[in-house]
Amino acid sequence: MDFDFYLSTMWSVLKALPLTLEIWFFGIAFGLVIATGLTWLRASGHKFGEYFTRAYVFVFRGSPLLVQLYLIYFGLSQFDFVRHSPILWPILRDPMYCTIVAMALNTAAYESEIFRGALRAVPVGQIEAAKAFGMSAFTRFRLVTLPIALRLALPAYSTEIILMTKATALASVVTIMEMMGTAQKIQHDTFRPIEVLTCAGVIYLLLNLSIARLFAWVEYRLSPHLRPPPEQGQQVKLVPEVL
Amino acid sequence: MSANVATAAQAASSPDDKAAISVKDLRKCFGDHEVLKGISLEAHKGDVISILGSSGSGKSTMLRCINLLETPDSGEVRVDGELIKMKQSRDGHQMPADIRQVERIRANLAMVFQSFNLWSHMTVLENLVAAPTHVLKRPRAECLEQAEALLKRVGIWERRNYYPPHMSGGQQQRAAIARALAMNPKVMLFDEPTSALDPELVGEVLRVMRSLAEEGRTMLVVTHEMGFARDVSSKVMFLHKGEVDTVGEPKEMFARPPTPQFKQFIANFNK
Repeated sequence: MDFDFYLSTMWSVLKALPLTLEIWFFGIAFGLVIATGLTWLRASGHKFGEYFTRAYVFVFRGSPLLVQLYLIYFGLSQFDFVRHSPILWPILRDPMYCTIVAMALNTAAYESEIFRGALRAVPVGQIEAAKAFGMSAFTRFRLVTLPIALRLALPAYSTEIILMTKATALASVVTIMEMMGTAQKIQHDTFRPIEVLTCAGVIYLLLNLSIARLFAWVEYRLSPHLRPPPEQGQQVKLVPEVL
Repeated sequence: MSANVATAAQAASSPDDKAAISVKDLRKCFGDHEVLKGISLEAHKGDVISILGSSGSGKSTMLRCINLLETPDSGEVRVDGELIKMKQSRDGHQMPADIRQVERIRANLAMVFQSFNLWSHMTVLENLVAAPTHVLKRPRAECLEQAEALLKRVGIWERRNYYPPHMSGGQQQRAAIARALAMNPKVMLFDEPTSALDPELVGEVLRVMRSLAEEGRTMLVVTHEMGFARDVSSKVMFLHKGEVDTVGEPKEMFARPPTPQFKQFIANFNK
């Protein structure tokens, strides 16, 4: 086993980790914004909102992310108005931005479904209690509906974030030298696919392991009410916190 | 003439004789099924009214119409003399005209639910301070102090930092009563507060309710607890098929049932 080669490959791929993280971060951040908008639109009860979000989810959940990425990067530049637009063109000629846009649009479809389900699963009785105590719609949402829905959404949301980590590898097909792009280049240069791809795979694994641990920790912190009650005599926390 | 109207209006809003709750000719349908067929009710300060009736008689719906968890189709509800303003929606249904007014009135009518409905992600203490701090805008420190006192009163102070799922049904319902008390409500609405409890836990909740009645609180209690209705309440109202079948003084009503329906009803309970 060529230990030095493993080490140098590991190092080269790791140097591309910041770029992977950048795509990942902005993809899920913008995705969350769009998903929040979609969820709000869907929950607003307007017919238009419902049809629009259903069509959106149908399109972006139903087709491969790779197809969406190609359409955005290669496809949209075919239109004259895109190339001449002072706003669209600076974004759509850049493969980095295109990847982030594709990822955000794609993950928003899944996330809006996750949020919709979580909102619907909030126990009606607890919302009714908030109403009966005179809380306004906003207070009700902030104090009761949202905290409960967030806790319900977290497991599915963390899975979606992990899927997004792996999806960043697609950026390599539109010329971006993030971890997968870098690994592919080394593989082409050295013809040693096993070593190179193993290195990349291990880094992705460790990355997702830390993300999963992080979410598990957040979930644990937010759900003391779902764990067994404290033992008799055990110190329970004294400072109340709402969220 | 106009002077008479003015004095009448003054009389209606004077604190002594205005009813804490006044309901007139309340009607409510769910689809084709008419649940409330014109119900009227008056509760004065200090009244403890037990509302009895077999399931489907409309007693819970009536209670939920008072704080507008259900919107009545017609009829009027007054709380402390103040009429809850209603308007027609576009599809012809009645709806609250001013949601701010409804929220303000709800804050005066604390409700205790059959299934407790404590907020599961908050500790007991947080459950007690949430509404007073966010609805009544009272200082948090003051609310916490009051909350601890109330929890001592209902006997679950030791559980103040527990989450609702970690407590027995009886403890949860006592916490829910304390949560209602924390609002310093003018009237308390109880919607079958003991129906979801194991039989051996009913007593601890009824004891708390009895002590509330004894200190002169105004309470509307939808219940199946005949003992509570007979011994604790100041008035009993029996609903039958969406109508008020009979209203009266409890001892008298249980001793000599005034209508065949009520006689039948208590006979079924004594079986």
